[in-house]
Amino acid sequence: MTKPVLSIKNASLAFGERTLWSNLNLEIQPQEFIAVIGSNGSGKTTLLKAILGQEKLSAGSIEILGKKVAHGSRNIGYIPQHRNIDAATPMRAIDMLKLGLDGHKFGLPLSSRAANRKVQHILGCVDAFDLAGKRVGELSGGELQRLRVGQAVIDEPELILADEPLSALDLAQQRVIADLLDQERRDHKSAVIFVTHDVNPILSMVDRVLYLANGKFKIGTPDEVLSSEVLSELYGTPVEVIRTQGRILVVGNHDHDHHHDNEPADRGAWR
Amino acid sequence: MVLFDFSDYAELIPLVQNSLIAGLLLGLVGGLIGVFVMTRDMSFAVHGISELSFAGAAFALLLGYNVVGGSIVGSLIAAAIIGYLGAKAKDRNSIVAVLMPAGLGLGILALALYEGRAANKFGLLTGQIVAVDDPQLFWLVIICAVVLLSLLMVWRPLTFASLDPDVAVARGVPTRALSILFMLLLGLSVAASVQIVGALLVLSLLVTPAAAALRVSSSPILTPLLSVAFAITSVIGGILLALGAGLPISPYVTTISFLIYVICRVVERVRK
Repeated sequence: MTKPVLSIKNASLAFGERTLWSNLNLEIQPQEFIAVIGSNGSGKTTLLKAILGQEKLSAGSIEILGKKVAHGSRNIGYIPQHRNIDAATPMRAIDMLKLGLDGHKFGLPLSSRAANRKVQHILGCVDAFDLAGKRVGELSGGELQRLRVGQAVIDEPELILADEPLSALDLAQQRVIADLLDQERRDHKSAVIFVTHDVNPILSMVDRVLYLANGKFKIGTPDEVLSSEVLSELYGTPVEVIRTQGRILVVGNHDHDHHHDNEPADRGAWR
Repeated sequence: MVLFDFSDYAELIPLVQNSLIAGLLLGLVGGLIGVFVMTRDMSFAVHGISELSFAGAAFALLLGYNVVGGSIVGSLIAAAIIGYLGAKAKDRNSIVAVLMPAGLGLGILALALYEGRAANKFGLLTGQIVAVDDPQLFWLVIICAVVLLSLLMVWRPLTFASLDPDVAVARGVPTRALSILFMLLLGLSVAASVQIVGALLVLSLLVTPAAAALRVSSSPILTPLLSVAFAITSVIGGILLALGAGLPISPYVTTISFLIYVICRVVERVRK
């Protein structure tokens, strides 16, 4: 077995009385695609923050390539949730990609020929040649997220963290972004930790699922974890997992914990 | 009354040599930092800082201390408060709105108690031309050099942190330290600008040129260059015009800077 990209050992995180998760053990190999699923408040985003060293663990350790992370890392590419950028921001799509390569370096934003070549290459990868000179504030949600995938992979990080990158996108855009990310992690052999509340858009690419609920968690392949028995045990209340047309639906009495009430059930919303 | 009288212009220019140098430096600093003020959505904060800077300067005048020093102290206190309490734009706006009248009130109190030359008083609010003396210029050069060098050094990570703090911090950019540094540099720039255009009109130097540049350019290189060109044109143009009129400099600076903004908006409209 190769050296793990990320290894989480006996990690616990609690805020006062409330335990988000405890005794979490997880080793992620290069090119592995992990989906982190759970309702709001289950500690998904906090897990990402802990990996980035922004949130202190109550116990245990997290290491990236054998090293503890204190304040972010060059080995990490990060894709945030879609958020609009102010239209006046003086930045074009290519400039945004470039920041993924050298944004951490001090000095002026002057770039080498090698950097420009890399930017051109990534523009091709994320199918964004026609966006290159556009202002980032004027891009659509799907276009912006495409660039964010490009920005996250341009420096060929060992680990990609994605925090609900598909939220606020329509289904067609979700597929484009998910496929793109899948392609990039194969090309660059990056491991992916993908936080989401809906596993369906990425179901075909997920190797393992980390399901967080009620201060407990379950790790395994989608088939192992996404079953009525496992989730019922995790939630401590009867939950039914329905598989239909290649999609997965979770139906249970814990709906008030979840946050998809405004989505139609026939969209296969993860609930 | 004559608005302009350029008959003895040649003799007047040497008198404002210090002001012209100061104006050039401030245009450079204001134009550059203005781009970040815009991307970080801090225009209103600039106004708040300038009022406290004015209060600091007014008290220094009253108590016989160095006015530039007082102005810097006021600026930095305001920048620290806004930076510490106002991480979110919404909180920031309310904090600025609370600080602003407090600063202005304190400043006016200090000026009311001051019994020296009236021109000194008025200058802090609305700017002055011939009053930039050698020690004052020395201070300005130091401040501007510090701001300029620091800004150039952190330009790229600061851009990253301003655009996308989440992504930047994940990549190891010290966003927190950068935002503290930025508030510090902003405070210093405001303190320096208060000396020339006065507290009320600092925005015309630190915000308007950058806002105008953003209308006509989206390049991260061209935008700051244009912003600097606009800021320098406004200050130097304002000083030269004010000289011919014997009036305060600020109406000229603000008018030029406003006109540039209007023209840029028209250019933007025509292009589309």
